[in-house]
Amino acid sequence: MRVRELTDLAATVVELIGNAEPNADVEVTTDRTEQALTRFANSAIHQNVADESAGIRLRLHLDGRTITLSSSTASTGDELSGFVDRALHTVRSGPADPGWPGVAPASALPPPGDAPLVGAAAERAAVVRAFVDAAGGLETAGYCRTTRSERAFANSAGHAAAAAFGSSAFDGIARRDGSDGVARVETDTIGEVDGHALGARATAKAIASANAVELPAGRYPVLLEPTAVADLVSMLVVYGFNGKAVTQRQSFAEVGTAQFDASITLVDDAPSLGITFDADGTPTARRVLVDAGTTAAVTHDRRTAAESSTFSTGHSLGGGSTGGVALHAGISPGASTGPVPDDIPELVDPAAGSLLASIDRAILVSDLWYTRVLDPKSLVVTGLTRNGVWLIENGEITAPVKNFRFTQAYPAALAPGAVHQVGPIAVGIPEGWIPARWTVPALHLASWNFTGGASG
Amino acid sequence: MDARNGEIEDVSRHDDLGIGVRALVGSSWGFYAVPDLSDAAATTAGERAAEIAAASAMVPGRPTELLATEVAQGSWANTVDVDPLGVPLSEKGDLLVAATSAMREHGADIAEGIYQIWDTTKWFVSSEGHRIDQHVRECGAGISSTVIGDGETQVRSYPSRRGQYGTNGWENVTRLDLLGNAARIADESKALLSAPSCPVGETTLILGSEQLALQIHESVGHAIELDRILGWEAAFAGTSWLDLDQLGSLRYGSELMNITIDPTIPGALGSFGYDDEGTPATPRDAVRNGTWVGVLAGRDSASVAGIDYGGSVRSDGWARLPMVRMTNVGLEPGPHTFEEIVAGTDDGIYMETNRSWSIDDKRLNFQFGCEIAYEVRNGALGRMLKNPTYTGIGPQFWQSMDMLSSEIVPWGTPNCGKGQPGQVGHTGHPAAPARFRNVRVGVRA
Repeated sequence: MRVRELTDLAATVVELIGNAEPNADVEVTTDRTEQALTRFANSAIHQNVADESAGIRLRLHLDGRTITLSSSTASTGDELSGFVDRALHTVRSGPADPGWPGVAPASALPPPGDAPLVGAAAERAAVVRAFVDAAGGLETAGYCRTTRSERAFANSAGHAAAAAFGSSAFDGIARRDGSDGVARVETDTIGEVDGHALGARATAKAIASANAVELPAGRYPVLLEPTAVADLVSMLVVYGFNGKAVTQRQSFAEVGTAQFDASITLVDDAPSLGITFDADGTPTARRVLVDAGTTAAVTHDRRTAAESSTFSTGHSLGGGSTGGVALHAGISPGASTGPVPDDIPELVDPAAGSLLASIDRAILVSDLWYTRVLDPKSLVVTGLTRNGVWLIENGEITAPVKNFRFTQAYPAALAPGAVHQVGPIAVGIPEGWIPARWTVPALHLASWNFTGGASG
Repeated sequence: MDARNGEIEDVSRHDDLGIGVRALVGSSWGFYAVPDLSDAAATTAGERAAEIAAASAMVPGRPTELLATEVAQGSWANTVDVDPLGVPLSEKGDLLVAATSAMREHGADIAEGIYQIWDTTKWFVSSEGHRIDQHVRECGAGISSTVIGDGETQVRSYPSRRGQYGTNGWENVTRLDLLGNAARIADESKALLSAPSCPVGETTLILGSEQLALQIHESVGHAIELDRILGWEAAFAGTSWLDLDQLGSLRYGSELMNITIDPTIPGALGSFGYDDEGTPATPRDAVRNGTWVGVLAGRDSASVAGIDYGGSVRSDGWARLPMVRMTNVGLEPGPHTFEEIVAGTDDGIYMETNRSWSIDDKRLNFQFGCEIAYEVRNGALGRMLKNPTYTGIGPQFWQSMDMLSSEIVPWGTPNCGKGQPGQVGHTGHPAAPARFRNVRVGVRA
């Protein structure tokens, strides 16, 4: 099923509902996704998977009641009729929904772009082969993933839209004597994934982690590589810039207030990835959430926007109670100071390389792991470092460091005066659990609260 | 269904159907899934699974063997008293509206309620001759009250933030008595705003059963997953601190620590008749009298490790490759009661209801936050404390357990994440209140 068929199917369902209940508000999203993921461990591919999924999602509001039904099977004939009939039957016994915001008005959207194909298993295996070869015999593990989605939308206000988008991602570690090094990236196409370069960097990290020392707990300046910065962005957009959290006073975000260092600009840009509308059908747009340190906007779907007497920013995830979330956010890179120096150690992500020379003392952090929010209002987060930690002194890496546990308020880490440097290169980093991409530079921060060594 | 502040926020229902085929070629599984049960689609899925597996030969490992098992043919369904999908939506909505309204009336700034129902029918067929059908129905619910203070939030939930879930029917929700607990948790959440913070230091810690269930999940359940021990999950979920050479001899915890892997517990969320590679559900020991004696395994991982059992392989649906997952991993009853544990404690802290959880990739270093705590002084509960956290290292922590209650509750965790692409597992964790010595508490930013 391709975009044209998806578009026709969405329109058909709107028409079927409209014929039965002309006063109903109807939203229909149809989609088809292909995903393939090649997983390796102990330097061999052990799980190589692919799937096709197709579905239809119907949100129906009738006589003050709303329900959402979705199905992977209702696409034609009796199944489709049954799906519609079930929706019409179910909504009548559903609970009242006084907060229904109505459907999105009709608006013009660009036609779907050309999304990359998922490609053959051999393409992904070749990238894995390059990563494993670059490790020079070290044990390796990770995945190479390609995905492609087509999506169409129609509603009872006459609004219709379609989009196609895709991505490739690679996440791998090299391991030696219990020390791991990581390299991770998300790109538009698999051709942009350099398995050998990623493998070389992960390997350099693993080798350079040998004989790591344990440093005492306390506050340290940090140089966070993009793989670690991605965690800050994900937490900020879910808990901070989520308009529902703001409305419920669970967020720190205050629009118009200089809550971050002036070097921080946070932008969400779904259209740049081919995602032109959200689950409510609202057009997406490039949104500046933090402008040179000042909180500029928060994100809404139609429901949370109505509750706040504002407009939807095109961040609906499709119902539920999550609120609008910016899943394609990034921190704008800092000014370039010229090419990355040639003498940057191979273990350092090139995106962080040019920041190294000016650092007197800091902890270089490759990755953050298992981060969880202790309090959403202050956005205090606990978690651990992972996949490579080093001490930087006088612009050089002087010692590998054992992993830390930390408990840190993320907004405070980026507060005015707390950001020493923003790297000049922003890198796409995949999210593990949700279809999100964070585009982030390295950050040199004044203080990070390490509460203890991970070994206890 | 989600409710917030006396109104229904979301009612959704999802139906899907499909076939997933896994094929073992050499050292790798190939897997392909399609949302179509036609003969043609099934044939295509099989062909694609084999092709994908064969492509793995570019980066080969040692050939994988499957543990030989008896080929099973059978049916299984869990017992349900009240079909959860048969209860009218209006009745369910009334329950959540009433509970969230009651919390609002008692001071909740945000009063939320949720129920979830899963009704799964699956068929397992293998080239070895397995022919198994299962019908699994699960449901559960929960409520929470959040209050907003000056730069902080406090939350109380019942029976836990995730709710309580099981392989049973709507009777599971009814017996929770959400409405009867709504006012209490709202009052407690408000009281937390003015409560003193959990002190910083090392103390005797008593955990409620829901928090101990998550402690088991994170620091035992995941650690004994054989695929992690073998390094198959190293890049994402992580590995394990456990070494197979120590299976049968490693001191995991105190003598009171007896943990079983038991997918046969009626009503527990991790129960089934057969796992997703056709192995009949069988109870096993994981830790006996404090010694590590068992793992969660599948036929491939067991074969590699030289272990003679599998039985813990599941997928979260037809579209995902089955993998080692927890079933019901939990404690056997101890000799005490909660009252006896408190009465026997001169100086300590009692914490209950999980609020945050974090553990390292080897499942050693953990830090948990709970919703509420109380001082324990001279054998009695004292002042309420807010923002309680505790941290430690798994085996040290478990070896410090010196009192364990007999009041076991089979807590259900419906949101266990693992695998790439990510899969959400449903697991059960029998647990009871317990006491631990010399635990670091009160970690904060």
